[in-house]
Amino acid sequence: MNILEVENLQVTDMNTGQIIVYNSSFHLKQGNCLAIVGESGSGKSVTCRSIMRLNKPWIHQSGDIFFKGENVNHLSEKEMRKKRGKNLCMILQNGMSAFDPSCVIGVHLRETLAAHFGWSNQEIETKMKKAMESVMLKNPIETMNKYPHQLSGGMLQRIMIALALVLEPDIMIADEPTTALDTISQFEVIEQFIQLRERMGCSMIFVSHDLGVVKKIADDVLVMKDGKIVERGDISTVFSKAEHEYTRYLVSTRLEVSNHFRKIMGRV
Amino acid sequence: MLKVDCVEKSYKKGGLFSREKQKILKNVSFECRRGECLGIIGESGSGKSTLGRLILGIEKPDRGTVLFEGKNIQDRKVRVGNISAVFQDYISSINPFFTVEEAIMEPLKGQKEIQSKIDHLLNQVGLDPSYRKKYPHELSGGEAQRVCIARAISTEPKCILLDEATSSLDVSVQTQVLDLLKKLKKSYNMSYIFITHDIQAAAYICDRVIFFRNGQIEEIVKTEHLKDVQSEYARKLLQMIITF
Repeated sequence: MNILEVENLQVTDMNTGQIIVYNSSFHLKQGNCLAIVGESGSGKSVTCRSIMRLNKPWIHQSGDIFFKGENVNHLSEKEMRKKRGKNLCMILQNGMSAFDPSCVIGVHLRETLAAHFGWSNQEIETKMKKAMESVMLKNPIETMNKYPHQLSGGMLQRIMIALALVLEPDIMIADEPTTALDTISQFEVIEQFIQLRERMGCSMIFVSHDLGVVKKIADDVLVMKDGKIVERGDISTVFSKAEHEYTRYLVSTRLEVSNHFRKIMGRV
Repeated sequence: MLKVDCVEKSYKKGGLFSREKQKILKNVSFECRRGECLGIIGESGSGKSTLGRLILGIEKPDRGTVLFEGKNIQDRKVRVGNISAVFQDYISSINPFFTVEEAIMEPLKGQKEIQSKIDHLLNQVGLDPSYRKKYPHELSGGEAQRVCIARAISTEPKCILLDEATSSLDVSVQTQVLDLLKKLKKSYNMSYIFITHDIQAAAYICDRVIFFRNGQIEEIVKTEHLKDVQSEYARKLLQMIITF
């Protein structure tokens, strides 16, 4: 069953008249992970934000987005707000700018959870504590009393994942969640994502330009170039028997560095 | 050629009146030879960028010295034209009011035949001479980083410090820039100090790598011997790499 269907999505910048995403259609199956890959400026993030309807006001989107059969594109802003977080949850690239810098993390978490579930502070604290422990954050209570700038990028990313765990969304959209992280945090965050899928069985859209990460986590893949989807399909077939020249180019440049590394490490 | 000797550095921690100090670098010593590419690998917050700033002479170490061909790097005369840098943030590295040619000309003040040199430099980094009149915001990430590299090599330095120079580029562009750096290194016979958290990129271009952690050197190893690293930290790091 398709949990999300996007049909003829076209995104235009009204200021310049430039089309950012051309007529793209794709769907996401229940429990699957769909990866969107492409270089910067190819329209990956804009596509994600269109699904959440979080684009800037001068960016106009047309087409149909069906979430469980309901057309999200025609909902009012008020109804959409209820969907965000509870049904559609987004994890952003930069943890530093995703949290409110003027208050401690706990306030943000409490606000979000109270808005969606109306839980008491005590309930929120116990649930958050459990979720944060499950993403390997050692002192949950202490962490919740810290400001975003006091925490590292990897930690903030994990707090966002913990919040998603508590919200139990139907679809999770991760927009380059590991790009700003170093090797160790990247590895840990990816592990968390894999576990998250196993535990909740939620569907996921995973945006990245790092093919290594994508290969590890995704089932299906879309390759985007200049706002158009140039190739789609099962992850193993796309990466091994790519039809489009651009996909082959992406894979070959990545392999060049990887193969050299493997040769050094003797992992051929 | 470049010698870092028992360098220490600490910063003030906490508020305005706090006396508490946090040690960023603890007794770091290593050497970079002529024409060598030395990688410095570490997590974020391990102090590798601070080390980079000390090597460039922008900041003073609390203890120890950084020597460039036997002379202290603190002296401007030692640095000028001999050591240059390329940083991660390519947008803020170029003055937004400068065109590409002005940006590249900046370190060449007072030299003759600049005009023909700029075309040559742009050619070297794989850009067309038509880029000369463009402004930084008109360039993509990879192009802007190439302009930064062109500017860095314009004085024909003996050493370039690359602080996460490829980390914020797309993987496909990353490979192009790494290949470019390899090519330039051969033709100019320069040394690189390549600071990064991406081990695969470091393994691609470096001759030796330093594993850096909590302001200390964990291990220095030749790239060919990367698979027989001794320290536990380096081994853990290598296991965590997500290969394609």
